[in-house]
Amino acid sequence: MAIPILDVQRLTVDFTTRKGIVRAIDAVSLHVTKGETLGIVGESGSGKSVTSYAVMKILDRAGKITNGKITYSGMSLHKIAESDMRDIRGREISMIFQNPRAALNPIRKIGKQVADVLIQHNQATKADAREKAIEMLKAVKIADAEQRFHAYPFELSGGMCQRIVIAIALACRPQLLIADEPTTGLDVTTQKAVMDLIVELTARFNMSTILITHDLGLAAAYCDRLMVMEKGRVVEQNASTVLFQSPQKDYTKQLLRATPRRDSNVRDLLPEAMHGKADPLPQSIPPGPPVLTVSHLKMGFGKPGSENYHLAVRDLSFTIRQGESLGLVGESGCGKSTTSAMVMRLLDVTDGHIEFLGQDIASIPASQFASHPLRGKLQMVFQDPTDSLNPRWSAERSIEDPLKNLSKGLGKTERKARVVELAGLVGLPTHLLDRFPHQLSGGQKARVGIARAVALDPQLLILDEPTAALDVSVQAIVLNLLEDLKHRLGMSYLFISHDLNVVRLLCDRIIVMQQGKIVEEGDARTIMDHPETDYTRSLLAAIPHPPARETHTDSGALA
Amino acid sequence: MSLGVKSRRVLNRLLQAVPTIFGILVVCFLLTRALPGDPAAYFAGDMADEASIEQVRENLGLNQSMPMQFVGYVSDLAQGDLGVAISTGQTVTQELAKRLPASLELTLAALLLSLVIAIPLGVLAATRPNTWVDHLCRFLVTAGVSLPTFFTGLALLYVFYYLLGWAPPPIGRLDMMFLPPETVTGFYTIDSLIAGDWALFKASLAQMALPVITLALFTLAPIARMTRAAMLQTLASDYVRTARAAGLSGRRVLVTYAFRNALLPVVTTLGMVFSFVLGANVLVEKVFAWPGIGSFAVEALVVSDYAAVQGFVLSMALLFVSLNLLIDLAYTLIDPRVSEEE
Amino acid sequence: MTSSSVTPATAPARDGLWHHLRYIMAENPLTGISFAMFIGLIIMAIFGPYLVPFDPLATGAGPALKPPNLAHWFGTDHLGRDVFSRVVVATRLDLLISVSAVALSFVFGSIIGSLSGYFGGWTDQIAGRFMDTIMAFPLFVLAMGIVAAAGNSVENIVYATAIINLPFYARMARAEVSIRRNAGFVQAARLSGNSELRVLFGHIFPNTLPPMMVQISLNMGWAILNAAGLSFIGLGVQPPTPEWGIMVAEGANFIISGEWWLVVFPGMALMLAVFTFNLIGDGLRDLVDPQRRT
Repeated sequence: MAIPILDVQRLTVDFTTRKGIVRAIDAVSLHVTKGETLGIVGESGSGKSVTSYAVMKILDRAGKITNGKITYSGMSLHKIAESDMRDIRGREISMIFQNPRAALNPIRKIGKQVADVLIQHNQATKADAREKAIEMLKAVKIADAEQRFHAYPFELSGGMCQRIVIAIALACRPQLLIADEPTTGLDVTTQKAVMDLIVELTARFNMSTILITHDLGLAAAYCDRLMVMEKGRVVEQNASTVLFQSPQKDYTKQLLRATPRRDSNVRDLLPEAMHGKADPLPQSIPPGPPVLTVSHLKMGFGKPGSENYHLAVRDLSFTIRQGESLGLVGESGCGKSTTSAMVMRLLDVTDGHIEFLGQDIASIPASQFASHPLRGKLQMVFQDPTDSLNPRWSAERSIEDPLKNLSKGLGKTERKARVVELAGLVGLPTHLLDRFPHQLSGGQKARVGIARAVALDPQLLILDEPTAALDVSVQAIVLNLLEDLKHRLGMSYLFISHDLNVVRLLCDRIIVMQQGKIVEEGDARTIMDHPETDYTRSLLAAIPHPPARETHTDSGALA
Repeated sequence: MSLGVKSRRVLNRLLQAVPTIFGILVVCFLLTRALPGDPAAYFAGDMADEASIEQVRENLGLNQSMPMQFVGYVSDLAQGDLGVAISTGQTVTQELAKRLPASLELTLAALLLSLVIAIPLGVLAATRPNTWVDHLCRFLVTAGVSLPTFFTGLALLYVFYYLLGWAPPPIGRLDMMFLPPETVTGFYTIDSLIAGDWALFKASLAQMALPVITLALFTLAPIARMTRAAMLQTLASDYVRTARAAGLSGRRVLVTYAFRNALLPVVTTLGMVFSFVLGANVLVEKVFAWPGIGSFAVEALVVSDYAAVQGFVLSMALLFVSLNLLIDLAYTLIDPRVSEEE
Repeated sequence: MTSSSVTPATAPARDGLWHHLRYIMAENPLTGISFAMFIGLIIMAIFGPYLVPFDPLATGAGPALKPPNLAHWFGTDHLGRDVFSRVVVATRLDLLISVSAVALSFVFGSIIGSLSGYFGGWTDQIAGRFMDTIMAFPLFVLAMGIVAAAGNSVENIVYATAIINLPFYARMARAEVSIRRNAGFVQAARLSGNSELRVLFGHIFPNTLPPMMVQISLNMGWAILNAAGLSFIGLGVQPPTPEWGIMVAEGANFIISGEWWLVVFPGMALMLAVFTFNLIGDGLRDLVDPQRRT
């Protein structure tokens, strides 16, 4: 085996908190050889970021390396002096983070920020720093690099900001790049562009990379070797292809199963144990009469005619039938959130009709819809389970709220009984009902949000990226829950997402939006396998996939 | 950032001050007319007889409608007419103009002193959490915010004048032995230096010492608190993490990436500090018998000289608006993002 | 990203308020001390006048200008009145003034600020202009002007202090409401059939209380200093009423000739009161914030 440039042995990090000492990572060992890309995958709390922070010695004040060794190119890093470590950062080992816009100094020109690093590590003098910075900006494919040198981060898009962050990290040609969730929060096409850029530059400069991510598809597409972490420990590490084909540990298997692939259905996402016990997927019944008809919907912001007038949605029409799941897919800025806000009657339309259960609801102003009899029939599950629950209210109170306001006939005991019934329906243990949101896990919070949404037996449920903020194994369970509820309660779904893989699992039909208009619509299967427009094709191509499974059973026999 | 864009923003800020000034005029006008009973009687003074009161009523145009009175009020102001001070017989404008430099010298010296102490203290407290510097900072902040200014002044007088004899008696800007210097700026310290009179400089500085320290202790607290909080926030930010991860030197990270960004909320706080200091000024001037506009107002209150008091309120407000404008302009020039809000 | 781990089985069921109070006092001893001091102040205010050894208004209760001694713990003033009794009795007046003033500004300021932050538009413009006009004055100076114009009484001190404090609450409420205006739970509240006003005052506003608690306590301290400052320069409270600001003003003439006790004791009382209020801010916030519950 080639001598690793980074060798971590049994690394242990402890954090001192108000509640005592918390072990963030325990006996983590890894190595990276020259030119290779190592992926560290795990869900939240796995310790993958803490590991990289420890290697870079940028742990929070409360964190300490209590055991283990870190060796970089023969140098011991775990006990190195801070001034020596500063020379290594940026020059030998660089790191890039999530949320690129926040990672740049908002009141300093971006070109100067690149130049600062060059000057610090003596790669340029004050005289030629500007030139060299512009060269670097060109290398990360920033157009008009000379002009952009003087730009501020707020003037640039998220994708461009990430390129600048990469420029800063690679300016001094380090040997090792650590990328901590570099594409989270970016559009899927921007994501691909950024990852391809990283691959190109690291290859050009003959660098090694550590890619930290929760997205197995991304890891599969870009990493040579993978290391799976859970709760601060390494579960398994192996070459990428080997890991996907024959995972050894249960957790790895669970994680792989939970990642949606091209050919899986919802039940496949569940861990082995649950898969056996779950009811088979109900037969799909032909859709009934239309539940929601949207015609020529239009939404403009600002004063028409003025220069900051923005048409978020232009001439949108679609129908959802009873029992049907329609997926609405698009990147940020395509108008999908505006559309869902209009359909939900949280926003007044500029023009167009919305017919729901035979009634024209677009003409009812948003401020008055709260007391309309149809309010309970048209509900929504939100993206961020934490944000969508009142921090001061217990789970029970949150679920009870729609019952209190819209089911006037029910008394206190009847409401309580209904809340318990709903909790059972969504799989929320009743003893959790009097907990506050901060005392619940992400999956539990998601269940509370779902219970609240179905409290009044809605006909149409809008799901706005309902699992985007959840870990992939929790996502698997929640998606199954949503599928079951749909059939049990006879609902229709409008499923909004940027993730085509997830949409495909639950939806019968899909519409693709771009810049406020529908560019393609049709049967889910058809769109995924035979997209007609270039845009859909580019969306599909940009999604990184884990390799398609060849086995369904542990024995390794091909299905 | 082109010069054109910057000057456009500056103009914008200046224009935004116009409705504020209008608001101030309205409020001050209402205050002069808000007196229970007959305003004319109040303005004429206790000793006035029927005829004088009627005369005052005519002069003030109190028989006219409110909007007309307001117009009259504003046009008087435009000519610099704030009425006459009952106790001295001089016009209010003259009195204020005479005393303004004394107040300004005190206030500016105090601000300078507190900035010089508070900002480094706040920065050090943020970069060395839980050390003695941090605790000292937090202590000074809490004390500065809890102590009444007039009490601090009196306590300092007791210790440094009565007990230790280091400070001169609180009789104003100069000891009786000295003559004030030639007026160039109106600031005794600067003017005496200009005149080359070293002894005079020391004397005026000595008289200023305690009042300036009293006032500075008061303004120290919010500035140090905000500096510490802003530094803590920038030091924990993502962009400082990027700078550290790129290996930038401690000094570079601290100054260029953390401190400059922290200055923004500190500059904003200065507006609030000015508001406090112009109020505390009144109290300090009373304690130390400092002949500024604050003590003028206090004396006017005692003799129920309402024209003088309202004149004082108006001029303080206008002074405050100008100071705020300066702060806004400074902020606009430092922060390139401000145009986004417009 | 949210954790997939299960919450610890030891997490308790819904806490009572009393239990929570004991928890936060135990967690941070400073909170406990400050709450105790606060209770002490309240007791002094309510029961003080009944418990003091001398009549605060009685001149000649002892020889004039005597330093602290066994008979008169804080000494006597220039009219022979007992300083200790006066300081204790003054607590009631000073607290009453500041509490009323802060209560008024909190109620009106929060309502105006919440409506501005939630509805925006004209409400925001007009309220904003109004608040900006108040803040265009150095606040103590404005209070002076208001009291001078409206008449020299204790009531007007309360109103003046309330007016100058209004913008703090209005701005804070506006900011806190604006942040939460489009949060998920707010939209969910609309979907659950709550009217706009119900959403604002039933759902959003209670969530702004923790940060506002800190503001209230800091403001109480400042209101006390303000009221004392106004009476120091002769506005509002008139002699012989015992009030800390007036007492310092009366004592100012004597301290520079060495009789320090007339100034120091009321001054220290002032400082202690303000200090107490500053300290309980964090404790109050923790009490009101459900996220602090274990």
